[in-house]
Amino acid sequence: MRYLLSKLLLIISFFFPYSANAVDTEEQSVQDKIKYVSPFAKENEQCFSCHTLNKYEYTDDVTGKLLKGIMDPEGILVRDHFYSSNHKSFSCTDCHSSRYQEFPHSEELKSLPQFNCLDCHAGDAAYAVFKFEDIDAEFRKSIHFRLEEKGFNCWQCHDPHGYRLTARHSKDIKETVIYDNAICLDCHADYERFSRFSDRKKIKLSKVHKWLPHQSTHFKSVRCIDCHTKANENLLVPHYVMPEEAALRDCRKCHTEDVEEMASLLMIKTDNTNDRDLNSDVIMNGLSLIGPNRNSSLDKAILTFFTALMAVIGIHILFRIIRK
Amino acid sequence: MYLYPLWIRLWHFVNAILILILILTGALMQFASPDNQFLIALFPGSVRLHDVCAIILTISYMAYVAGNIISDNGKHYRISSKDIFPDSGIQLKYFVWGMFRKEKRPFPVTSGNKFNPLEKVSYVLVMYAALPLLILSGIIMLFPDMKIISTFGTGFYIFSDILHIILGFFISLFLIIHIYTCTIGPSTGSIFRSIMSGYSESEE
Repeated sequence: MRYLLSKLLLIISFFFPYSANAVDTEEQSVQDKIKYVSPFAKENEQCFSCHTLNKYEYTDDVTGKLLKGIMDPEGILVRDHFYSSNHKSFSCTDCHSSRYQEFPHSEELKSLPQFNCLDCHAGDAAYAVFKFEDIDAEFRKSIHFRLEEKGFNCWQCHDPHGYRLTARHSKDIKETVIYDNAICLDCHADYERFSRFSDRKKIKLSKVHKWLPHQSTHFKSVRCIDCHTKANENLLVPHYVMPEEAALRDCRKCHTEDVEEMASLLMIKTDNTNDRDLNSDVIMNGLSLIGPNRNSSLDKAILTFFTALMAVIGIHILFRIIRK
Repeated sequence: MYLYPLWIRLWHFVNAILILILILTGALMQFASPDNQFLIALFPGSVRLHDVCAIILTISYMAYVAGNIISDNGKHYRISSKDIFPDSGIQLKYFVWGMFRKEKRPFPVTSGNKFNPLEKVSYVLVMYAALPLLILSGIIMLFPDMKIISTFGTGFYIFSDILHIILGFFISLFLIIHIYTCTIGPSTGSIFRSIMSGYSESEE
């Protein structure tokens, strides 16, 4: 009986690959990336010792008293995420004031201006490949830019303490899709966070995407931005997020051989072809996107056969009436 | 003459309803276009209804195969390779020529042989070749994440997809021919009455 059950499970796992194994592999890949040892690890640990916890405690520099408190959720970081991020080689005080080394932190530090992407990356030839200026121009046209006055900036999507490049470095488009979509879901699936920037009512994503067949497969295979941004052949990741009503709803844009709208996701595929083998996931992903299942020749053949059959039946009926 | 036992009539009724819905929803999906607001509005509902009916049809198909194995109804689907081609020719000749000259049916309905040779060939092709392949290709499209698809590669999914559309169309044509030829009974409505009552009406 146990043998039969194990065989049955083996067969089931063959048909449904997104099981615990897939999650384990994903977790393993994150673990591999955090082998990095920062030259500022010891220094940064002074910050992480509190800023990775829900509750903190420290000794007041002036009174010498032990103070305890609950950490602001926005101030809680994940150490491993930071050391696998783009900014992993940074010291905390590279971006934050050295006055944060004083306890308690001065309230006025919170009002200090924060760096944005362009402060460091604009006009720097070393980062020209990322086209930060073009990204900024697209962001200014996007629907997200309207939220700037409520504090929406690059960091809302690209957490400086955790963001890492996936589209350029990932060996697996599916990993890129999951990672990129998680960025959108951080706000769009968390109403508390969403309502900090928007007055809109709670949106149930599965409901607004009800029209989309195989919803979960699409969400695993296509990035939100592939339908919700205007494709830009000059940018690997388009940033012009369009209003809801302008989102792509035409199946044929992807499910044909002509995939102009899918330029950005396909760019990832073609961009990486030179320096790595296309694994089966990439091919499958390409298939899901460009499956030529809308075949106009087939449609025409179907209509022709149908018309011919109806004509034959019509003639037969006519003879039956005549010969009655 | 009692030809159609209750289980066959019930199965036939359920199958007919499901096939009609599947053809209609399948066509709505195949010909959906964002240029046509009416068709695109029906698209989400068509997908859902198509999926639900396909699952019920799969169960109903398994019941049909089991019924044919358990009962003696399966004997009507046995084809003699020696006779089938000449007999089909005789039946076809009757449909295009003989019936207009008031000739007698070459293969009258009996309890031991309720299908004419053309019916037998088409029913075997539809029920034991087209429908199983249609169900299998449909399962592949219903679960596009199946590991089997990535194992066999890109072409396998595209092949299943196109096969499903072609077979769906083939079954649609069969349905039209099936309904039309059922009007060629002792009277125009007699075969339809038979599949409801179970009793075949004799020739005048």
